[in-house]
Amino acid sequence: MGSLLTDAFLTSLVLGALTAGVPLLLAGLGEQISEKAGVLNIGIEGMMLAGAYLGFLAAFKTGSIWLGFAGGALGGSLVASLMVLMCVMLGLSQIVIGIALTLGAEGLTAILHHFQFSTTYPRLPGVETLAIPLLSGIPVVGSALFDRPPMVYLAVALVFVLGFLYRYTNLGLDLQAAGDKPAALDAAGVSVIRTRSFAVLATGALAGVGGAFLADVGAGIFIPFMTNGAGFIGIVLAMLARGRPVWVLYGALLFGACLSMTTALQVAGVNVPTDVIQMLPFVAVMAVLVAFGRRASLPPALGVAYVRGAR
Amino acid sequence: MTVDTLETPVEAQPGPPGRTGLLRTVAMTLGPVLAALAVSGAILLAFGVDPLEYYQAVLRRGLYSPSGIQETFTRMAPLLLLAASLIVAFRAGIWNLGGDGQFLLAAVIVAAAAPTLVAVMPAWAALTLCLLLGALVGAAWSLLPALLRAYQGVNEIITTLMMTFLGVSLANVLVKLVFLDPATTVPQTRTLPVADRLPKLFGTRISGGVVIGLVAVIAVHLVMTRTAFGLKLRVVGANTRAAIHAGLPVPRLMMAVFALSAALAGLAGAVEILGVEGNVRADWNPAFGLTVVPLVFLARFNGFAAIAFVFLFSVLSIGGESAARLLDVPNFFTLVVASVLLMLLAVAEYVGHRHRERTRA
Repeated sequence: MGSLLTDAFLTSLVLGALTAGVPLLLAGLGEQISEKAGVLNIGIEGMMLAGAYLGFLAAFKTGSIWLGFAGGALGGSLVASLMVLMCVMLGLSQIVIGIALTLGAEGLTAILHHFQFSTTYPRLPGVETLAIPLLSGIPVVGSALFDRPPMVYLAVALVFVLGFLYRYTNLGLDLQAAGDKPAALDAAGVSVIRTRSFAVLATGALAGVGGAFLADVGAGIFIPFMTNGAGFIGIVLAMLARGRPVWVLYGALLFGACLSMTTALQVAGVNVPTDVIQMLPFVAVMAVLVAFGRRASLPPALGVAYVRGAR
Repeated sequence: MTVDTLETPVEAQPGPPGRTGLLRTVAMTLGPVLAALAVSGAILLAFGVDPLEYYQAVLRRGLYSPSGIQETFTRMAPLLLLAASLIVAFRAGIWNLGGDGQFLLAAVIVAAAAPTLVAVMPAWAALTLCLLLGALVGAAWSLLPALLRAYQGVNEIITTLMMTFLGVSLANVLVKLVFLDPATTVPQTRTLPVADRLPKLFGTRISGGVVIGLVAVIAVHLVMTRTAFGLKLRVVGANTRAAIHAGLPVPRLMMAVFALSAALAGLAGAVEILGVEGNVRADWNPAFGLTVVPLVFLARFNGFAAIAFVFLFSVLSIGGESAARLLDVPNFFTLVVASVLLMLLAVAEYVGHRHRERTRA
């Protein structure tokens, strides 16, 4: 293994872990908001896919990566608003609607892509990176870590913003209460429905941006079904992080490294079939669940619709 | 992980007896179906496709044409087995969403074993052995989620989905690297000769697999509704805590549910290979799994009703393939229909529930 750990391999692995990890990070952070507020968001895979599609389309039509991310947020929020309507307001089964939204987003984006591009897959130009002075000069991993597209820094900064929000603000407390004891939140004069709606929409927007990152920065193209379980991995991250954003970051980097192992190994001159490598992140997820699944924690009111006055 | 708070698929509530009850059931069932077709039609219209023309094309191929209807019946085989798989799981309160992985891996293993087995034993023995093998592979692929759910309380929705992604990749690895047919240039397993496949029904081209599917779904229905074993599973599904207090061996029953459900999904894969495909090509994945979920909910977990809805969906599925070519609508449209159907079904349940409460008050 010693010969594997060359500079080129390390650079490529770190770079890949970041690029593949950011969508997982955004999805995981988003899912965490929903789960804190008591909504198990199985539809997040669909929200990511809608974000990937609209994010790609916006970036492709306007040529602006930022409009691409805005499109991604819009796509994710659109799917999320359906979830708000049906799961938060009407109180329908979150799992059934989650499956439905994922299926629908898969079908619709595939059809939309077909009608617009038929069987072609137009490619976006590479994304500009932002080098952080001094830090990007660090040997070996400096440029891989600190010469990245700006969205990478924003996503990592979001981890700490959310950590602050959960710990020190009323909004964070409201979210927590909506998942732990919604009736208490209601009694305190805060609308559970509004808190949860906000949470699900935030999830949709973040997952959508994650999807847009996947399409615009990661791949540079949109392919139907391209999220390939990234949203579901986000759910696992949120479950294992036990409400702490920084653990989502660690998990996202770990699974991101697994996802990007193909390129890194090819750089190192080892040729492993893509399909074998594609199994890695899911093997990692299952291994982590076997090891720590018991310690995952979820809010008591997760998955239970809040009906005012109902016992 | 707190398991009890996570919502499990609840037992369908039987409507009030008598004619109004029957009428309500019919309305609650046909309403969402018609509404889903209308909403999906509106989506087609938005794409500039005439929905009436599309649905006509679907019916012309999937229902009215002699060869199409035979394909429809053949398509029912794997869907019925997947429906049976979901009925076992949902009635017992287990979300086995890993059907696609269980289906695909069983299909690949069976496709690899079948040509070898027919060479050394009579065809009927080889086919029986292959069906058992498929069921076994399916069950094996659910072992990890089952253990995690039964003994660690880890949410099975996530683990079964993860195992599906893993299974799809593993199936590809097996096809491309292990079971590759050296005689062809495209990566695929060796092909089971047509003569050795599941027998066709009465001189038609309908695969005998549909009989296996019908038997399975009816057997599952009877076991779940008419036997003590089924009652135990339903108690676990309705209220896990009560089941523990009643002294039921809940973890072991959960393991049994996973094994049964996944074995049926594996059997579906075996039937599709032995009856229709004959081999597995690289990257082949029909992904029937999640589209069967709305059908099973629509049937209120009733096996007989599931047969009817599987038939309708098979018409849509087979007809959709031909309509896709005629009208240039990708076949992913069936995903949209399944999605809209699931949502409207949930809305219909909500409206029905509100209506019952209001009439009671």
